[in-house]
Amino acid sequence: MAACVAVIAKENYPLFIKTIPTENELKFYYTVHTSLDVVEEKISSVGKNTNDLRELYLGLLYPTEDYKVYGYVTNTRVKFVVVVDSTNASLRDNEIRTMFKKLHNAYVDMLCNPFYKLGDNITSKGFENIVKGMLQQD
Amino acid sequence: MHKHLQEVPAVVVVFFDLDWDEPLWKERQMECSTRVEIVRNSLQGRNTKIAVVLIQKNAPLPPGEDLMAAERAVSLCSTCDISAKSLYVLPHTDHLIGYTMRLENAFYEQAQAYYHQEARKVKSHKDFLNKTTHQLLFVRHQFKSAFFNELKQDSNTAIKHYKQAYGYILDLRMHDTNMLEIKTVAGFINYKICRLSFQHNAPLDAIAQFRKHIDFFKSKTGIPELSFEHSAWMSKQFHVFGDLFDEAIKLGLTAIQTQHPGFYFQQAANHAIFRKQLCQGLCMQPEEMKSANEIEEFLGKTEFYGQRKWRQEQQSIEPSDLHKEREGILALQTKERQLDHSLLIIPLLSSAVTQFRKYKSPRMKRFLMVQMGEEYYHAKDHVKALILLNKVMWDYRAERWWKLLTSILGTSLKCAYLTAKVQEYVSNCMELIGRYSQCSENEKIRIQMNLVRVMSHTVPEAEPDLDQSCVEKASALWAEFRSHPTSFTLEMHGLIPFIETKACFVHETVSADNKIIVEVCLRVGCPFPVRLSKLLVLFTNQKYNPHCVLTDGRGISAKSDGGVDSPSDLYLKPNEPRVFSFSFIPFSEDVGEQLEISSLAVEMGNESGCSAMLRWTGGGGETILQPVGPAKPIIRPTPSGQPVDWAAFIVNPVVKIIPRKALLEVKVEHEPPCLLNEVYILTIHVENKESADIHNVKFSLGLQDLEEGQDATTQVSADVSSFEEATLSSHCKTDVGSLKKGQKISKCFYVKCLHVASRVFVAQVNYDVGVRVDDQTLICSCKAEEVISLPTVRPFDVSIKLESLKFETIEAVHADDPFLLTTDIVCSSPWPIEMKNSSLHLSEFIHTAGDKFESQIAEVQLNKSDCGAECICLVASSCVQPSVSLGTYTLEWKRKTANSESLPYVSTTLPLPTVNIEYIPITVQVALPAFGRVKTLLPLCYSVRNRTPYVQEVQISMESTDNFMFSGNKQTQFRVLPSQEYKLHYNFFPLVAGQVTLPRLHLDMMRYPSTMDEIISKMLPTHIFIRPIGKIQPV
Repeated sequence: MAACVAVIAKENYPLFIKTIPTENELKFYYTVHTSLDVVEEKISSVGKNTNDLRELYLGLLYPTEDYKVYGYVTNTRVKFVVVVDSTNASLRDNEIRTMFKKLHNAYVDMLCNPFYKLGDNITSKGFENIVKGMLQQD
Repeated sequence: MHKHLQEVPAVVVVFFDLDWDEPLWKERQMECSTRVEIVRNSLQGRNTKIAVVLIQKNAPLPPGEDLMAAERAVSLCSTCDISAKSLYVLPHTDHLIGYTMRLENAFYEQAQAYYHQEARKVKSHKDFLNKTTHQLLFVRHQFKSAFFNELKQDSNTAIKHYKQAYGYILDLRMHDTNMLEIKTVAGFINYKICRLSFQHNAPLDAIAQFRKHIDFFKSKTGIPELSFEHSAWMSKQFHVFGDLFDEAIKLGLTAIQTQHPGFYFQQAANHAIFRKQLCQGLCMQPEEMKSANEIEEFLGKTEFYGQRKWRQEQQSIEPSDLHKEREGILALQTKERQLDHSLLIIPLLSSAVTQFRKYKSPRMKRFLMVQMGEEYYHAKDHVKALILLNKVMWDYRAERWWKLLTSILGTSLKCAYLTAKVQEYVSNCMELIGRYSQCSENEKIRIQMNLVRVMSHTVPEAEPDLDQSCVEKASALWAEFRSHPTSFTLEMHGLIPFIETKACFVHETVSADNKIIVEVCLRVGCPFPVRLSKLLVLFTNQKYNPHCVLTDGRGISAKSDGGVDSPSDLYLKPNEPRVFSFSFIPFSEDVGEQLEISSLAVEMGNESGCSAMLRWTGGGGETILQPVGPAKPIIRPTPSGQPVDWAAFIVNPVVKIIPRKALLEVKVEHEPPCLLNEVYILTIHVENKESADIHNVKFSLGLQDLEEGQDATTQVSADVSSFEEATLSSHCKTDVGSLKKGQKISKCFYVKCLHVASRVFVAQVNYDVGVRVDDQTLICSCKAEEVISLPTVRPFDVSIKLESLKFETIEAVHADDPFLLTTDIVCSSPWPIEMKNSSLHLSEFIHTAGDKFESQIAEVQLNKSDCGAECICLVASSCVQPSVSLGTYTLEWKRKTANSESLPYVSTTLPLPTVNIEYIPITVQVALPAFGRVKTLLPLCYSVRNRTPYVQEVQISMESTDNFMFSGNKQTQFRVLPSQEYKLHYNFFPLVAGQVTLPRLHLDMMRYPSTMDEIISKMLPTHIFIRPIGKIQPV
């Protein structure tokens, strides 16, 4: 389903990145990193008219030749980025949305762990399993 | 297409000098027609229009008038075989521009007509075609007509035809042999469509068309052996589209962050990179390279774009000659091999970088710069690669993308190795073996070994996966490095090296007689222990720098000699932080200053070989990774002998040097509150409790928080008599000299406050004392302070009133009539006040009614809330001004306490009120006895005095009462001469006893009707005491 799932901290450093296939990991790292440009732009353009409830889901960030990159930003500015193979046409916007919702829930559950220190890399197995599920579905 | 653009003209124009009235008309006409014939022959029967322009010297006559011209024109047309419409005349006269414009339009129309005709011709061809056999020609014809339309400048029709042509292409049967041809043509048509779409300001159409195009052809790779051709084609498509897009933007189109030419350039570059990889994979096997001639043979010009030369004139799908086919492919591969791909990729990347910079995508830009760097690396331009990579590394570091950083560092390290740039090599190594590097453990070990080699001035091992020839070149450079000592400084700010440092002053403040202790914590994150050669702490004040140097001379590769933790052992084991401590005594001139760590430096290697000085600015610590936790925990000196907790070690790069604590007892004795204006005495008692004599003792008293501006309302002095001087400062200092051990001394200060307020004074004692620290006597200057808060209150409140002689408060005084001035002095000071004297300073219009003024309160002592009063009778002389200030009232006083004997009296001056002086034309007086008796005659004489220089007419009436019987005029009228008196005599006969109201005298003046009565009634007594008769005395 998804090719790469990334969680990025407020300060724009990666908390968690998982990719399939793993051999081209570096490329995905770059893809996720560069997508932050668009994320930041989107956040800052909304931030101007305050009190607007920001839509967490940012939609398609930018299409590359082979992949589509979607973004999602929580209210604490933690960013989720999902990279999807662009040949996979079955994925509708709605499915991506639910995927992000699921990811957000998993992140919040992981955050509830009292031993997790904010800003650390995510090592939670539960969280990883959920992400794996997202990556491997069908 | 070239044919139509450059070779086949639409209109040929023959310019010819010929006037209508040319004498040799026939010859000239012949000459002209032959020329036209020549042109026509050379056109070989194409439909090109021919026009003739006659250049004439004379202005033309209006049409229809010049018969000869019309006739000759017809004949010229017929000889030249052109229509009359194609004959023009260009008179070589004044309006040349106008004529040429008209000619231009006319030619343009002709050209359009030509292209229209051509297009029609093509269309007519098309009708003969059928879909099965002439599939290819469909495309050709559509393209042709579109192209003619474009030349006709009818772009809407053109785009329609291009689209149709494109549609036909998609319908074509594709197989490996014609794939290249189809793709070439499709790319061409696509280019045309996109271009026209942009021209029509329909960028979305263009983008959609391009996407469709790419999606369709993406998978049409063609022969696997020549798949690089496909990549090249894709790259070209993207590149061309990017160029188109960019051009459109230059013409005013606005792009957005997610849709701009940069993406297309990037894709183009990606495909170019892919092409390079394919080329490396496919074309490197054949050992023998084709010679240039052979290549030429296979790759010459072809009749149609995109066809293989060796396969021309064959329409069949299967390649006919397998050998020839193979040779052809080989030739193509050889050609591909000779191509410098990096030269293609880098410009694409750099134009993408410009675009991304324009559209606010810094990260994308950096990514592309990394790609560029890598490409430079592949192109063996290692220096450029190194520069580029170093530029972007910082950002990845700041954003903590370690994985990306590590990969960039790896490339950078290779470049640094190949160019033998020691400094970069070392800094890259340091980062790669650091904590956050994502290298594998083995890799780290290898890199550290290399680092150690470099630092001990030997050649490091080559990085893996390097080109052999480059390595050889590099080893020559490294040999040169070996030949002479190298030393350099690396700024660690912004790097994340394997050595981490933290420095800390153990105390926030240090007094001048104590040692400053600096602790430096070092930690290494590399797999093996390292030995540093020097550790330095540099301060903002460089005088201290020599105190904090630690040198280890054992060389970088020396192993630990067991005696760990010997002070000069800079041997650091991985993940075992060590703390080094320095201590030194502050200089006395730096007391009150701040001392800051400007940088930390660590030296590796030795100066005779290769040495690297690593400098951290400030107190070290994680400059990039700021701690998230709460700031400013308490600093504790690190206990020795225990493992150091790196995280708990706090960075504190600032210490304040404060003066030594004074061992003096300072007491201030005084009796608050201070009274306003008085000279207030403060006694400072000091006892020397130091273990030695103190020198240079200075007392000072001044206001606290007093900045540059002096407070004019407060005066401080050490001498009573100085208060008589005009200016006094609010700060006072006295020198006392030396004090022996245990000696006591007292000193008086005097303060005068001119405002009611609470003030804070600081009594300071400064002195020098010698202190022994480590066999060294330090002269410390110390300071003892005592803060005194001093409220100031008013000593007394004075209320001044004006009263009439009847003790009634009055607002205004009458000229020449006496009035009373009473002063009530209420003492509000908690201390008794002794009045020395009071004095009155009157203005020129006021004088005392009686004798000279004599103080009535002199030598009076007032306790708290006692009241002293004075009453003075004054007379105002008549004057011009309506209101007059009476003058001032001055009191001389001081407090009366046990130790106030020596204090001088101070005088407080109060202003007297300002009064209105009224001028009354007459006065009425009556001499009233102190009392009367019932039924005893009481004679009264009212005297009316005229103060004016005029005769005044006065009317008088006496009111009757029940209390008195009286005789005299009840109502009368009389005149009073100027400055004279008129006496009215009455005999009153009291009827009742007690305080009795007198009968009222009403007075009216002719000059001032009905105004005087009230004024007069105030002048006259209203009551009189009447005694009863008393008992008849017993006889």
